[in-house]
Amino acid sequence: MKWLASPRHLRELGVLGMNARNALYIGPNNRRRYYPRVDDKLLTKQLAIDAGIAVPELYGVVETQHGARRIDRILDGRSDFVIKPARGSGGDGITVITGRIGGSYRKASGVPLDLDDLSHHISNILSGMYSLGGQPDRAMIEYRVHAHAVFGSISYHGVPDVRVIVYRGYPVLAMLRLPTRLSDGKANLHQGAIGVGIDIGGGRTTHGVWREMPVTVHPDTMYAIADVQVPDWETVLQLSARAYELTGLGYLGVDIVIDSNLGPLILELNARPGLSIQIANRVGLRSRLEVVDRDGDRKAPAEARIAFSKARFGGSRASDTPSTEPA
Amino acid sequence: MRRWHLPVLVAILTVTAVSLIVYKVRALGYPMTPAEEIQSWIIEARLSFEATGGAAKAELAIPLDPPGYSILDENFVSRGYGLQTERRSNNRVAIWSTRRPSGRQTLYYRATVTPHESKSLEQAVPALAAPPLYDELHSAAVNAILDEVRSKSADIATFSSLLMQMLARPTPDENAQLLLPRQASREDRVRTAIYVLAGAHIPARMARGLRLVDGARSAQVEAWIEVNNGQRWIPIDPDTGAHGYPPDFVMWWRGDTPLFSVERGRDAEVRFSVTRTMEEALETATRQAQLSESAVASYSLLALPVHTQNVYRSLLLIPVGALLIVFLRNVVGVQTFGTFMPVLIALAFRQTDLVAGVLLFSVLVTLGLAVRFYLEHLKLLLVPRLAAVVIIVILLMAFVSILSQRLRFEVGLSVALFPMVILAMTIERMSIVWEEHGPADAIKQGVGSLIVAAGCYLIMFDLRVEHFIFVFPESLLLVLALALLLGRYTGYRVTELLRFRALSEAIKR
Repeated sequence: MKWLASPRHLRELGVLGMNARNALYIGPNNRRRYYPRVDDKLLTKQLAIDAGIAVPELYGVVETQHGARRIDRILDGRSDFVIKPARGSGGDGITVITGRIGGSYRKASGVPLDLDDLSHHISNILSGMYSLGGQPDRAMIEYRVHAHAVFGSISYHGVPDVRVIVYRGYPVLAMLRLPTRLSDGKANLHQGAIGVGIDIGGGRTTHGVWREMPVTVHPDTMYAIADVQVPDWETVLQLSARAYELTGLGYLGVDIVIDSNLGPLILELNARPGLSIQIANRVGLRSRLEVVDRDGDRKAPAEARIAFSKARFGGSRASDTPSTEPA
Repeated sequence: MRRWHLPVLVAILTVTAVSLIVYKVRALGYPMTPAEEIQSWIIEARLSFEATGGAAKAELAIPLDPPGYSILDENFVSRGYGLQTERRSNNRVAIWSTRRPSGRQTLYYRATVTPHESKSLEQAVPALAAPPLYDELHSAAVNAILDEVRSKSADIATFSSLLMQMLARPTPDENAQLLLPRQASREDRVRTAIYVLAGAHIPARMARGLRLVDGARSAQVEAWIEVNNGQRWIPIDPDTGAHGYPPDFVMWWRGDTPLFSVERGRDAEVRFSVTRTMEEALETATRQAQLSESAVASYSLLALPVHTQNVYRSLLLIPVGALLIVFLRNVVGVQTFGTFMPVLIALAFRQTDLVAGVLLFSVLVTLGLAVRFYLEHLKLLLVPRLAAVVIIVILLMAFVSILSQRLRFEVGLSVALFPMVILAMTIERMSIVWEEHGPADAIKQGVGSLIVAAGCYLIMFDLRVEHFIFVFPESLLLVLALALLLGRYTGYRVTELLRFRALSEAIKR
């Protein structure tokens, strides 16, 4: 393998770089005043509930240091929940509790935490340790999603989620994010999760990427990650497409979890989604964004947009070996 | 319109900056590089005397504004003496005094001078109202000389020259012999000439100075005469009658006063020594530009007081560092802690030197991280914890300074110049990255920041860059133009070429 990719080849493949993403897509399409709708997860949740979109249930919000010390009242005997900062970025500061061992709580990774540790963690969240720019924050305690059985063999603790890039309401690229031992049960690629490309048309996984390198099996479970059917794919596409109307953001990353009981739920939205999704799909994002710019009807309803995306972007399979040579 | 806005703005900035720079180089002679030097001279006057007991006071004439030269720098070396300088008519005098001197006393005055066009002789003095009262014998002699010289001259300048030539003859005529002492020196002839010229209502004065000869250990004071023709003073060589000071002559003091005087001291003498050195061309260009009263020069940073200049020397380099950061982040794609933190660290490196700076920075951050991990166990709130880290960083800095003083490791002292709040924030962020993304990421970003800081230091404080930006601050408009252009860069970052190489390979296959 060569040390560096040639910029010309990347351009031919329509690969989107960070600078182009910021200057050409995020800048013109995402109005700054809509950012709080995605940066503040509490606001996102409220908007989604108002629009009738499925989200994980909120158990409680901690807003004061005083509240952080009385966390047990909010928990109300629950032993299965997630604590996350309302304005966290990149998955930082999210703690997943899956049960109790005697007096302490048990993290997804198996590490025990006592009540003191939990309230210290919440107090850090409130001080803005995980928020953008270090502003004071709120801590959310919500329903812990239970991973769908399909993913049982290809995730290590934690819950996999589906990241969909939605451009002007059109789902353009999707990826399944699988937690690993390295990512401590979190589904963020830069924390060590695996990204697996998904065919927009049918919802089957294609190729995997782990730490920016191609993989075919989950490194912890050793099961194949390709050709897995994401359950309820239609609903996933609908949730993603409707997130556009919800936020008004033209360039959006939608994170959807598939709960074993409740089906697809919007977990969070992201106004600056990462670019590794291109490696997982082996598809240049920019080429698809240009298709939407050229042929996509701006005023089309969600159903029409999904149909457009399935028709234009669907059809990639794990066995596919896309080639630059003419067929 | 929107498409053209940025290119037009960039073009305006570039044209403005380039034309100002060209004007300053071509018209005002500002040097482009710091290495350009011009010749200058160091003249040292050494006044020594034997103290005779009691409070001693010594006076030495020092140059004020020598024609053809400018004084770049001067200093006085006189241990145990009070020093003051005083203007006395056309001269400047240094006055040293001390309470109880004993033994041989030595006082030094040292001036650095450089050749420079000046107009100090442009001074109109009216003709003298009345001639001095000569006695009968002198009156006849003076009138005879004046008559003879007047018949052969055209104006005051030639008149004075002829007079000097007449007095300088190896065998002066009897009129001159009457006015001159026996074995008359240059000084005596100048004194006599002034006496005679007063009879013709011509203002004249004595001027004394030195010839600049490299390595001269005891340069001789030379007397000259200056004659005013109603518009300016004309220097005349008492030996030849030639007009104007030669280029190697530095006027020291004017008038018929002694070079020095000493109270309560004997065997006083003054020795002059002269050495040639090279001075920065910038210094001269600045003075010359200021004298030429160019608007560009009078609104220059070089017109500021020196300590303010030094502040700007560093401040003006921050944009260069910021541009480098823009380049490294948006074109190369390096990750650092805090956007402009490396620039501030680079500023600190300036005081410490690169190697010592990197060493001190690493030591401080490592120690700080260790403390920060300990604090994590105490479960403190964020802001108090940050405050605790700041306090501990400062204590560590003090400790490092004291330790390096004990170990006679001098650079360790400069640790005090590190921006401690920035350091504390770096430690805090590094510890968060450490916890959330593991030590590898934290160390990678930490080392990345350090490398960027070192790069900023090497570029910002390169002598040529530093000189160029300071002398031509308008070049910051170019920096601004480049930053604006990079603001519209939408190409790939170098790290992305690395990141997407797997993708590139996978599709090619």
